[in-house]
Amino acid sequence: MSSEKVIPHSEAATRFNKDTERVNWHDETLWFVREKRDKAAHQIPDWELLREMASQIKNNVLSNIHDYLIEFEANAEKNGIKVHWAADAKEHNEIVHSIMVNHEVKQMVKSKSMLTEECHLNDYLAEKGIEVIDSDLGEYIVQLRKEPPSHIVLPAIHLKKEDVSETFHEHLGTEKGNINPQYLTESARLSLRNTFLTRKVALTGVNFAIAETGEIVVCTNEGNADMGAHLADVHIASMGFEKLIPKRKHLGVFLRLLARSATGQPITTFSSHFKKPRDGKEIHIVIVDNGRSTQLGREDFRNSLKCIRCGACMNTCPVYRRSGGHSYHNAVAGPIGSILAPNLDMSKNADLPFASTLCGSCTNVCPVKIDIHDQLYKWRQVLVKEGHTPTAKTIAMNTMATVLANPTIFNLAGKSGRFIMKNVPGLVNNKMNKWYDQREMPDVPEESFREWYKKNSREAKAKDNE
Amino acid sequence: MSSKGDILKKIKQNQPAFVTDLPDLNILGSEQFDRIETYKTVLKNIGGDAVEVHNYEDIIQYIKNNYNLEKRLITTIPELSGIAALDWTNDDPHSLQDVELNVIKAHFGVAENSALWVTDEVLGQRISPFIAQYLAVIVHKNDIVATMHQAYERIGNQEYGFGTFIAGPSKTADIEQSLVLGAHGARGLIVFLFD
Repeated sequence: MSSEKVIPHSEAATRFNKDTERVNWHDETLWFVREKRDKAAHQIPDWELLREMASQIKNNVLSNIHDYLIEFEANAEKNGIKVHWAADAKEHNEIVHSIMVNHEVKQMVKSKSMLTEECHLNDYLAEKGIEVIDSDLGEYIVQLRKEPPSHIVLPAIHLKKEDVSETFHEHLGTEKGNINPQYLTESARLSLRNTFLTRKVALTGVNFAIAETGEIVVCTNEGNADMGAHLADVHIASMGFEKLIPKRKHLGVFLRLLARSATGQPITTFSSHFKKPRDGKEIHIVIVDNGRSTQLGREDFRNSLKCIRCGACMNTCPVYRRSGGHSYHNAVAGPIGSILAPNLDMSKNADLPFASTLCGSCTNVCPVKIDIHDQLYKWRQVLVKEGHTPTAKTIAMNTMATVLANPTIFNLAGKSGRFIMKNVPGLVNNKMNKWYDQREMPDVPEESFREWYKKNSREAKAKDNE
Repeated sequence: MSSKGDILKKIKQNQPAFVTDLPDLNILGSEQFDRIETYKTVLKNIGGDAVEVHNYEDIIQYIKNNYNLEKRLITTIPELSGIAALDWTNDDPHSLQDVELNVIKAHFGVAENSALWVTDEVLGQRISPFIAQYLAVIVHKNDIVATMHQAYERIGNQEYGFGTFIAGPSKTADIEQSLVLGAHGARGLIVFLFD
């Protein structure tokens, strides 16, 4: 799994910020979604109680997940569902492929599943000669553009309607320059309807899996998961093992929180409970680990597995809103992605926990009360200790530590700093110094506070008067 | 061959040493509000329409006035056999692709989010509420519960192969956050609130 070369977050964010108008639009659009979330949450008097309940249920799940998984598998099998287990992305992809091979099928229609993004399933199947079509409109758009989704709930949020119009003109033959969302959506509807009607295998994600009953719940607004699953002979559902919840009644808590946190809707249009396959058809569930059991063992970070993938932490994050999902080079972007990704590959994702101001807004909106900003802070410490941060940063931090620990050196450093900034500003105000990016520094003071205090404190004045 | 054993072993090793308690959900769902009014308001906000009716004749009249009867109408409700077909439930689900309107019954509705609970028992075919261009659902006013907590109390241990909550017409805002009704499923949803 080791480190392919990626563009670090700060560099990708710099590129994203070159188009000021678009960045402002991106920022405002996501903030608008955050405001819709607030409005929805404030209409529920029990909102904070619901968050607490959801958090407690998920804590219970994490502490007993071994037994819940066994219970879930037994019940699902009783319902006629085939359950598979995958230790990592590779095994997940192989299992999915083997199901396709067993049914001699070369085409798949897929609804939104961040897990299959994490596993790079589409690329794997493409290499095996299997065509996958993503049916969520946002995912369909980015797939046509050969891009990954930039947001777990709003996959094409980085695009303007002009971009979508261009893409559809090229791939679906829509009218050039027609940017009407109604028209563009209708064109995709027609094209994808044909896909739904002709695919024998449909893959969906899983929002919740219920140990007590062995059923899975899939939530969409478009109805694409259902259009795929109910028209296909085989329904494959991929899930990380942390999607389990103990009982059906717990859905009452999670379904009240999920869509309100995600988009401010009272619930998604469809919340579909799949318990048994149709007569003569098949449902396969692939339970995936892929590093989750390792994260479960990291006491400081295991809480990240409580995530229900609502995306609220992204919509509220000032860094995400102004850097875009692609700058996180991970299937799940934003604050939650930044605490999940280092577990998958510490060296490749060492930059992500630093892509935060630690303002804590993510933690405040999280419907399952994950301490996201605390974990970002804790990851930084782990990453520095294990030597995953850039050498320049390590040297700078060590130097800073020496300076701050020694009053004489601190004094001297202050003096020489002020001297340089005043007399040879070019030495610090240059491209090498990140502090001067998009910033003007204030005028250099004549003296430090310490020097001023030495002259002006009551003691100093008393001395002068002696 | 299977990784099940290894995964479960690692999980057992790494999960917290003590099992924390599950919370008591009984304190939730005590919100007081007018269920029917809330239901109608929420439904309107998410793009659906509520129509109050007293009998099946009202429903038939409404459908006659608002839908093209030349097109394919299907239902699972015998009282509507005069305007919609009943003989499709054993057909290949793909053959429903040209359905204009599907009229079904819901077990109950939920006021806080206007969702309707439907299962195999009332769907005729699982694909039916998704593949039709328009969907109409009948629900009794007495069967509107307040919140999702009452909803799951009501579902209890109900046996089904498939069940879904439907709240409003299918929709998307994936193009620049512009709301468009009729993504892949029904373009419109009428809820007939029965006395």
